[in-house]
Amino acid sequence: MSDDHVYLTLAEGHEDDARWAYGTGFEDPLHGVDTSVPEGVDAGELAAACVALADDALVSAQRLAEWVTRAPELEEEVALANIGLDLLGQARLLYSRAGQADGTGRDEDAYAYFRDAADFRNVRLAELPGGDFAFTVVRLLVLSSWRLAHFRRLQAHPDPVLAAVAAKGVKELTYHRQYAAEWCVRLGDGTDESHRRMRTALDQVAPYLGELHTAYDVRDEVADDLRQVTEAAGLTLPVYRPLPGSGRAGEHTEHLAPLLTELQGVARAHPEATW
Amino acid sequence: MSTEQAHRPDQRGWPLYEVFVRGKRGLNHVHVGSLHAADDAMALTHARDLYTRRNEGVSIWVVRSEHIAASTRDEKDPFFAPSADKVYRHPTFYDIPDDVPHI
Amino acid sequence: MPGARKHVTLIPNEWSVGKLVTMTTTHAAEAPPPDAPDGLQEHFDATIARDQRIEPRDWMPEGYRKTLIRQIAQHAHSEIIGMQPEGEWITRAPSLRRKAILFAKVQDEAGHGLYLYSAAETLGADRDDLTRRLIEGRQKYSSIFNYPTLSFADVGVIGWFVDGAAICNQVPLCRSSYGPYARAMVRICKEESFHQRQGYELLMTMMRGTDAQREMVQDAVDRWWWPSLMMFGPPDDASPNSARSMAWKIKRHSNDELRRRFVDMTVPQAEKLGVTLPDPQLRWNEESGHHDFGTPDWDELMRVIKGDGPCNDRRMERRRTAHEEGAWVREAATAHAAKQAARAEKGAAA
Repeated sequence: MSDDHVYLTLAEGHEDDARWAYGTGFEDPLHGVDTSVPEGVDAGELAAACVALADDALVSAQRLAEWVTRAPELEEEVALANIGLDLLGQARLLYSRAGQADGTGRDEDAYAYFRDAADFRNVRLAELPGGDFAFTVVRLLVLSSWRLAHFRRLQAHPDPVLAAVAAKGVKELTYHRQYAAEWCVRLGDGTDESHRRMRTALDQVAPYLGELHTAYDVRDEVADDLRQVTEAAGLTLPVYRPLPGSGRAGEHTEHLAPLLTELQGVARAHPEATW
Repeated sequence: MSTEQAHRPDQRGWPLYEVFVRGKRGLNHVHVGSLHAADDAMALTHARDLYTRRNEGVSIWVVRSEHIAASTRDEKDPFFAPSADKVYRHPTFYDIPDDVPHI
Repeated sequence: MPGARKHVTLIPNEWSVGKLVTMTTTHAAEAPPPDAPDGLQEHFDATIARDQRIEPRDWMPEGYRKTLIRQIAQHAHSEIIGMQPEGEWITRAPSLRRKAILFAKVQDEAGHGLYLYSAAETLGADRDDLTRRLIEGRQKYSSIFNYPTLSFADVGVIGWFVDGAAICNQVPLCRSSYGPYARAMVRICKEESFHQRQGYELLMTMMRGTDAQREMVQDAVDRWWWPSLMMFGPPDDASPNSARSMAWKIKRHSNDELRRRFVDMTVPQAEKLGVTLPDPQLRWNEESGHHDFGTPDWDELMRVIKGDGPCNDRRMERRRTAHEEGAWVREAATAHAAKQAARAEKGAAA
């Protein structure tokens, strides 16, 4: 029966499961890696750094997931999901590392699902509500450029796990930045409406740039990227006054709590459950 | 190829691109399907996302479908009217095991 | 990944293959055009008879082409609309691992929709036109996606039932007579082979969890079982036109055959899971070597297909809104490409 033969063929195809399991992370992401914190590394600082980076990634991935079934074209569904999955993967690795470093042994879900807004350390730009596609690509450009510059430095971090996460992330973030930059140029140059929407998006993002600069000293690289893209797009980066406060200190906008309510609702309704 | 069609001012969608992927070193690029994109850069980005999202380290070619010249199956080909001037494509999705019957 | 494969060996044929279209009957295919040139119809018939593939530039009867476009388009629409019921749970998934799995699965469905639209375009269809037909309600998608997802267990049950039903329907389509469709199906079947086992594995995990979780699973099974059986379309005696599709080898098995295969496949999986399928007439028939089972509510199926399901309006509204709200983005990209081309031309001329 030829159908059965096809079933068998499909089964054989699974010998290289890895290539079909993209983004799904079936196993402990840090399995087999020496997870002891090396001498000379402050475990508390390492954990805090990992949590902050993981929170940025998780909150960003959550906002990207909101585009699912709403993207402007089907090809963009696939692209935005790829980026969201990359960031989710980074968050998982970093939470796991934080749990090892801070001595609590907490797993990734303990950080993601059982902390309140005030315990989150993501920058506020990541938590702002979705907005239109122009806002999404401008925010993505800023955050990926900023994160990429920081991850490049982290590749030399004395903690081998964080360095490895950063090395993996650099490739991903390079692509995210490229995707965002291409779209920023298209929208800035495209039509009057897209240009107007890009200007609005830049105005919305600009006040949150200062917070990024305080978090990591990668100001020049980010400024370079933004200048290149805005020039090619026929736009100018507005002059802004940085908003006071910082998500890194647990000071958030009113938008984070509802985001977390949605993210955490099912998990918190069944605290004893396993999924 | 009808140029009117390609440059029709009321054309709403992005043009069609054909995608060719080198699955790994040592292999030819193989036609894997098509997608829509506004320009070449976007076509490459989309191709990466759609056709290689599980498979890093490959090489991708994209080409506007209307730029592909295709042979006819035989000389008696006018029977595909009314759209005989369109480029017809042959998505030979890669990675099909040899032992799948008739594929 | 051995850990992930373990369950599969226990459960035969659980390869997931995505969403299928309801096997809507095809309108009576038209007779070959009277002026079909000498030999071409015979050549086409002989190719089909030899079980060889028809390829895009081959001559084909107009009815064959139209039937295929309609079937492939409905299948593509089903993948795209099918993103919605599960997609609603990505932001709410109760663990990061489940979130990643679900995100990737829904993304696959977008990819599968694109592969299928691509196959339809080899027949001269235009994706924009097909999208318009969908959002104007002129083309259908699978009835199953008009039911709501009420708990996270639904994500697992959709993987198990809906992708399981798709296995039965789509694996044979890997041998469809139209080459691009068959090849798209091979790719889809391979890519989706994770989905059903992910769904089933989620349910197994939940059944080992709390009482509340077990109740969620059983409740989801109760709600999805009958709609899943309806996915195979009306019974054979009410589906007269599918004979033509079978003769053309676009379709390889009848609706009832595929439905029975699905039931036979699913019953032992349900036993292993520890859930009850909501059909008092369901029992093994030694004589036939298959399960006997009850009759789905065909009136319900007809109502849902006609647009009267619990979520039809919501699904269509979401798809329409996404398409309309994305128009300025698509237009901007087109405008930018045109400007770039003009600039390049000017640069070359200068």
